[in-house]
Amino acid sequence: MDLLNAFVALANFVLIPATAYGAQLALGALGVTLIYGILRFSNFAHGDTMAFGAMITVLFTWWFQSMGISFGPLPTALLALPFGILGCIGLVLLTDRVVYRFYRAQKAKPVILVIVSMGVMFVMNGLTRFIIGPDDQRFADGERFIVSVRSFKEMTGLSEGLAIRTTQGITVVTAIVVVAALFWFLNRTRTGKSMRAYSDNEDLALLSGINPERVVMVTWVIVATLATVAGVLYGLDKTFKPFVYFQLLLPIFAAAIVGGLGNPLGAIAGGFVIAFSEVTVTYAWKKVLVYALPEPLEPDGLVQLLSTDYKFAVSFVILLIVLIFKPTGLFKGQSV
Amino acid sequence: MKKFLMATAASALMAGGAFADDVKIGIILGFTGPLESITPAMAAGAELAMKEVSDSGKFMGGSAVVPVRGDSTCIDAAAATSAAERLVTSDGVAGIMGADCSGVTGAILQNVARPNGIVMVSPSATSPGLSTAEDDGLFFRTAPSDARQGVIVTNILQDRGFKEIAITYTNNDYGKGLADAIQTEFEAAGGTVTIVSAHEDGKADYSAEVGALASAGGEVLVVAGYVDQGGSGVVRSALDTGAFDTFYFPDGMVGAKLNENFGAELNGSFGAYPGTDSTGAATFVGMAEGAGFDGTSAFAPESYDAAALIMMAMAKAGSTASADYKDHIMDLANAPGEQIFPGELGKALDLIAAGTEIDYVGATAVELVGAGESAGNYQEIEFADGVYSTIGYR
Repeated sequence: MDLLNAFVALANFVLIPATAYGAQLALGALGVTLIYGILRFSNFAHGDTMAFGAMITVLFTWWFQSMGISFGPLPTALLALPFGILGCIGLVLLTDRVVYRFYRAQKAKPVILVIVSMGVMFVMNGLTRFIIGPDDQRFADGERFIVSVRSFKEMTGLSEGLAIRTTQGITVVTAIVVVAALFWFLNRTRTGKSMRAYSDNEDLALLSGINPERVVMVTWVIVATLATVAGVLYGLDKTFKPFVYFQLLLPIFAAAIVGGLGNPLGAIAGGFVIAFSEVTVTYAWKKVLVYALPEPLEPDGLVQLLSTDYKFAVSFVILLIVLIFKPTGLFKGQSV
Repeated sequence: MKKFLMATAASALMAGGAFADDVKIGIILGFTGPLESITPAMAAGAELAMKEVSDSGKFMGGSAVVPVRGDSTCIDAAAATSAAERLVTSDGVAGIMGADCSGVTGAILQNVARPNGIVMVSPSATSPGLSTAEDDGLFFRTAPSDARQGVIVTNILQDRGFKEIAITYTNNDYGKGLADAIQTEFEAAGGTVTIVSAHEDGKADYSAEVGALASAGGEVLVVAGYVDQGGSGVVRSALDTGAFDTFYFPDGMVGAKLNENFGAELNGSFGAYPGTDSTGAATFVGMAEGAGFDGTSAFAPESYDAAALIMMAMAKAGSTASADYKDHIMDLANAPGEQIFPGELGKALDLIAAGTEIDYVGATAVELVGAGESAGNYQEIEFADGVYSTIGYR
């Protein structure tokens, strides 16, 4: 029995990766849920908005790197992030002006807006590939690890190693800061309160003199910021590839729906539920159990519930279960 | 229509009369379909060998060899079968250089080659299934079976003293087939495979996959994937989490990208990919350049060798009937005998006429094993100081 090694192995292969992944999903799901709550449609273009914002950031990062500007041990991309956010805000405001405003004026049904957002998705997708190409792009620099496996082993003398990548640390810290700022904004500022009022009851909000175009604009600005931050963090931690963001759309929607569409707290919880279930259900528990259990109980097999092939199926099973038994999501959101 | 048919029949008859002494060999490749970009060079390779033999004037008392092309489409077994049927029954080919893809090759073998008793030598079908297919001794290939790589991997791992491996493969026919072959061979040799798990290409995150692999454990992780796809992602994640520090890279993983992406982190890892140190390969590239095509194109040298082997066997048997020459192909390809390289087919014909044994080496160092398939040549690589280099050939 060796509980310490068991915990370290668990942390290294389950807790740390799932926490970072969960934070990225949560940021993405927040954007989806805000659009759903305030503009009242499922924005399928969200994944590609993330890709676009991340792409602008990548381009600025390369420019900074070529000029020799760096951010010490932290990735240069963090310096380029504000420019990426600005670029992304510009694009979504333009999209809103050219596309969505027309349908809002028509009082189009949500399902029409969903299809429209799909069209926007393909255009953004094409734009990103056209500018930066469909391949993997590397833009991470600075220190790779906060704690590396080797130094952890030397430090503690344990037989199991533990690695925390800089990008994982940055992801979690940034996610906390962004979420705190968002909640402060929604609950404490006048604009935030008017957004929540607009979300709760559109007609009543209009009667009380809230300017709908302003609410819509602020929403897009926040969504573009969240999307760019999520996109850059994901790209830094993993890899920047336009198509990957398109695929990320599914777990992000699963997270938003599981948490309760339109409910920001739910989006965060949903992100972590999806991330942890994807990793834990497909994890082979043999290593942890061999450390944790007394010798006669040690397993011979892998103790793996599902093969990793089914990783994505896991989030959809959870989604189905939640939709059947609690259609409004874990936290009370709007029913789908 | 009737007139056209008559005219075609008449011209076919006349053509048959005019070239009574010529030997026809069919070239059935996917000139349309998924392989259409590499088949022109493959056909050119085979035709280069035929031209060389014809020009020597020493083949079957001075006969010329005439290539007849047919389209296998690579994927449509019915179209491939009817193309082969046409070549055999109306053109009267004495042997078939082809087909290219494993599926259509099997279809032609069963539906055309065996019923008509025609020899087939495929330059590029690599499916392990063809090794055990019923072939009446008519089917050969100058490309190695994918199962062969399982043996190579096992040998290399055993030579280095590794007894326990984990395998991850890219989730497609290539990855699955290779992973199965490696697992079967390695276990047969007494080793332990702790886990065989798939990864999807084009994902950004492989922590769940690596978590499972790490839990299962093993001294070496065999990555049967692609270097510019998920394979590199798995390696990155395994290195970051300290799950594995020694890797084995099969053919799809060996590329300059490994040096670029990982460098010194891979020191001590190793692998193997197809390649030969035979001088025949270089000679062939030079000859191809002279003939106006790219000799380094995939399977072009194999095609040259396939056509050459058919013609050598005919010369040896003194007959163009498949039943007579099919038994000579294995002898000619393997030692002992005088080594024959590309461009030396005329000399080979002289030697055969004089009754001397020859060992056809050709452009790909052909060595036929088992049921008449190439043993394949692999170069073993190892990482040191952040770059990989070839340390030997197998």
